[in-house]
Amino acid sequence: MLNTLVAVCSLYVLFLFAIAFAAERAAMRGQARWLRSPLVYTLSLSIYCTAWTFYGAVGSAVRSGFEYLAIYLGPSLALMGWWWILRKLVRIGRTQRLTSVADLISARYGKSNLLAVGVTILAVVGTTPYIALQLQSVTVSFEVFGVGDLFSGQETGYTALWVAAGLALFTVIFGTRNLDANERHNGVVMAIAVEAVVKLCALLAVGIFVVWGLSGGISGTLARIDASPLGEWRIDGGRWTGMIVLSGAAFLCLPRIFQVLVVENDNETHLRTASWAFPLYLGLMSLFVVPIAVTGLELLPAGSNPDLFVLTVPMSQGRDGLAVLSFLGGFSSATSMVIVAAIALSTMVSNHVVMPLFLRYAQSGATVSGDVRHVVLLARRLSIIGVVMLGYLYYRLSGGGAALASIGEVSFAGVAQVLPAMLGGIFWRGGSRIGALTGLTLGFGCWGYTLFLPSFGAGVLLPEAWLLDGPFGIGWLRPQALFGIAGIDPLLHTVFWSLTLNTGGFVLASLASFPGPLERLQGAQFVNVFEHSTGPRRWSGKVAQAEDLMIMAQRIMGARDAQALFEREAQRQGLGGTLPAPTPDFLETLERELAGSVGAATAHAMVGQIVGGMSVSVEELMAVADETAQLMEYSARLEAQSQELARTAAQLREANAKLTRLSVQKDAFLSQISHELRTPMTSIRAFSEILRDTEGLEPEAQNKYASIIHDEAVRLTRLLDDLLDLSVLENGQVNLNLRKGILADVLDRAVAAAAADEHGARVKIWCDPVAGEVWLDTDLDRLSQVFINLVANTRKYCDAAQPQLQIRVRPGARVVIDFIDNGSGLSPEAQDVIFEKFSRVSDQKAGGAGLGLAICRQIMTRLGGEISYLPGQGGAAFRVILPATYAAAAP
Amino acid sequence: MAKRVMLIEDEPNIIEAISFILSREGLDVETHADGTTANDRLRARVPDLVILDVMLPGKSGYDILRELREDTATAGVPVLMLTARGQSRDREMAERSGVSAYMTKPFSNAEMLGQVRDLLASAV
Repeated sequence: MLNTLVAVCSLYVLFLFAIAFAAERAAMRGQARWLRSPLVYTLSLSIYCTAWTFYGAVGSAVRSGFEYLAIYLGPSLALMGWWWILRKLVRIGRTQRLTSVADLISARYGKSNLLAVGVTILAVVGTTPYIALQLQSVTVSFEVFGVGDLFSGQETGYTALWVAAGLALFTVIFGTRNLDANERHNGVVMAIAVEAVVKLCALLAVGIFVVWGLSGGISGTLARIDASPLGEWRIDGGRWTGMIVLSGAAFLCLPRIFQVLVVENDNETHLRTASWAFPLYLGLMSLFVVPIAVTGLELLPAGSNPDLFVLTVPMSQGRDGLAVLSFLGGFSSATSMVIVAAIALSTMVSNHVVMPLFLRYAQSGATVSGDVRHVVLLARRLSIIGVVMLGYLYYRLSGGGAALASIGEVSFAGVAQVLPAMLGGIFWRGGSRIGALTGLTLGFGCWGYTLFLPSFGAGVLLPEAWLLDGPFGIGWLRPQALFGIAGIDPLLHTVFWSLTLNTGGFVLASLASFPGPLERLQGAQFVNVFEHSTGPRRWSGKVAQAEDLMIMAQRIMGARDAQALFEREAQRQGLGGTLPAPTPDFLETLERELAGSVGAATAHAMVGQIVGGMSVSVEELMAVADETAQLMEYSARLEAQSQELARTAAQLREANAKLTRLSVQKDAFLSQISHELRTPMTSIRAFSEILRDTEGLEPEAQNKYASIIHDEAVRLTRLLDDLLDLSVLENGQVNLNLRKGILADVLDRAVAAAAADEHGARVKIWCDPVAGEVWLDTDLDRLSQVFINLVANTRKYCDAAQPQLQIRVRPGARVVIDFIDNGSGLSPEAQDVIFEKFSRVSDQKAGGAGLGLAICRQIMTRLGGEISYLPGQGGAAFRVILPATYAAAAP
Repeated sequence: MAKRVMLIEDEPNIIEAISFILSREGLDVETHADGTTANDRLRARVPDLVILDVMLPGKSGYDILRELREDTATAGVPVLMLTARGQSRDREMAERSGVSAYMTKPFSNAEMLGQVRDLLASAV
């Protein structure tokens, strides 16, 4: 019997493989029309009916009467009554290209990866018991056939492991065959639709057998029902409501349902069919539950597992063929659920957990599409295996003893926590990331504490004392009697508290927080999805204008590169000329080429605009903005560089101008020196020749000419002395001879020296007596040279009838010595230039070369002081300042 | 009748030397230390030769030369230019400005006399 069963299973699995394979092939050839009919869509929704409903409904009916109907009523009501919600979900899913529930929540709340990870964890934790449940049901049903004792249903081997491995293999093969942006799996969907038919047929066959084969028709069956305790309607209103709400909520939130309902949907109108066809399917599934339960209770020995009546009733009647069909129905229910759940969960895990981590730690690979593709596929496959094995682990850990129905309830309640964030996200623009995070955390935490952890049994994960008395004896925190409200059904208790806390947290935190710009944009996109998108629209290359594409490509890539690309592509397509047909392949190539210049998002938006098959989404606009920001940053850098260059050029120009100025100054200086030297030499040469050549020159003339020669020679010598002095001072090669002395002495010496020169007028000099008290520590000879110059200048240039010179001294930290005469002073223009070399102000025959004040300035600079013209004093006035260091205090 | 030479030069010793040398040759020398006064005198009585220093207070030798050449009355007067700046640039500038002859200070008296004689002879 077991061998037959294994053979039948193997054949069935091969059959599924064949169907999936054929569907994939058909889809690849573009014959996906019949694959995508409303019927297939509706049947694929039947993954809602898992082994829990296949086997467990009968068990539930035995235990709780008609309560099992609530599980069917929830989704039926959801499909019929909430048709508009589902439509909105499907529309959002298509326009936003959502891949999972986690993607939906994350995308709605500003692409928050934290939320995505949170929902993923919730989904994995919530789904794991459910996968375990499927494994358990398959294992148990195997054991029913394998073990002689038909009615015990205890696992003895590793059947579950084999089943898990087989399911993982199937899912890996058909769930990750290719990487489609839309995450659609034609083969898998088709296989599930077939499985839906199988499980419906199996259950109907058993039901028909029970009603007409065992009970003698409908009337006999009704009589049996009336006779059994099940006939009494034991309906707990609260629990019914709770179950209906819970199953309806779960229908929207279950990852596997979302997968087939939203992700695999490619036509919104299919929902219309599903809204009546799926409740009909569920009705057929539930039709014979009570008859089977009643018959099982009657025919089978007391203590038999009611969860297995669907199998054991035919077997007990020797109908092995029917039993095998029934087994296949259960097997189908379990496998389809595990496959789709594994695909949905692996998408979440790989998209929101594995890939972000991979991209963070392997940044180089992010831009090479081929590499990432392999990584994504690998991540998917490993995630699938991980999810299925997690289910297996849970199954082993939980001991596999709990009733099927209760495991399903735990799972439903967990997954339903996504509902507030989901509904709030698509109907309320005020919903924020913080709100979603708060609600999910509260709801998930509440569920975990009050239902999930206790579901392992007292003392396994939660200490028994906590269950009885609350953690640390805090009574109102008892997991199954929060806030002291005891006596409610644990499931109802959890559903009430978790959804209340979840919704309350979501709303309050949303109101209290301020959503970011991306959140607000996405919120508007989600809530007003019907205004932002039009009806179903497929990418179509036909309307693309190759010429428009060419014009755009030329603009971005440059004419030559664009033409080369288009010609190459046209040749590859086997077309003559330069314009290739806008096939999807070509569009993809073009997009990739453009992306190199303008960024992927911009390239996509541009091609999409021209091809016309796609509107630009906000997400794409945001990505375009990002790229633009990068470009702007880049151009700002370029601008900074060019500014830098301009600055350097300006500096160079300035340096050049300075050099030119210096060169001009040098020329002017040389020219001046030449003039100053040649002028006295002209006189000397002329008169010496006169003296030499003229015979009979009078002695007076002889004397006069000789003294001119002498004077000019002296003038020459002085000029050379000054030049040398200035040169030494300017080159900084001067050795200062620092000595201490009294200012008055230096002044006296200077006045005396200046008076020794017979040129110039007599000047009456008044010297400030304070000078006698000022001690200096400086090069007294150099300072004296400055003073001599100033006194001599007065003598030479003071134009007063009776020239006078006042020397005023102001002692202090800086000694200030002013030389002021009673002449007419200097014009402002003259004041500007007197300290320049060769800047003789008047052309009186003063005998100077115009170097005196230039030398004075150099000396004062060397001494650390300064000399300047002092305007507004009536006559010519010079101020000499000696710094503090040289103005020593009296010893 | 003695030829008249106008000397425009600001260095007193050089004026004295040139006046002595030219007077000894029997020339009539009129001197001016300032370019402005010299110009008026030139028009009043056109000399046979002008000896012109480049660096003068008030007006440079080139300015005086240009005015002299622009006035038809004085345009033909030979001009001997004296400069104390020995650079080639100064020489080029002098030649371009239309001087009859050009000498760099210091010069020998014989050289100066030779130039003056040549210029006076060519002007006749």
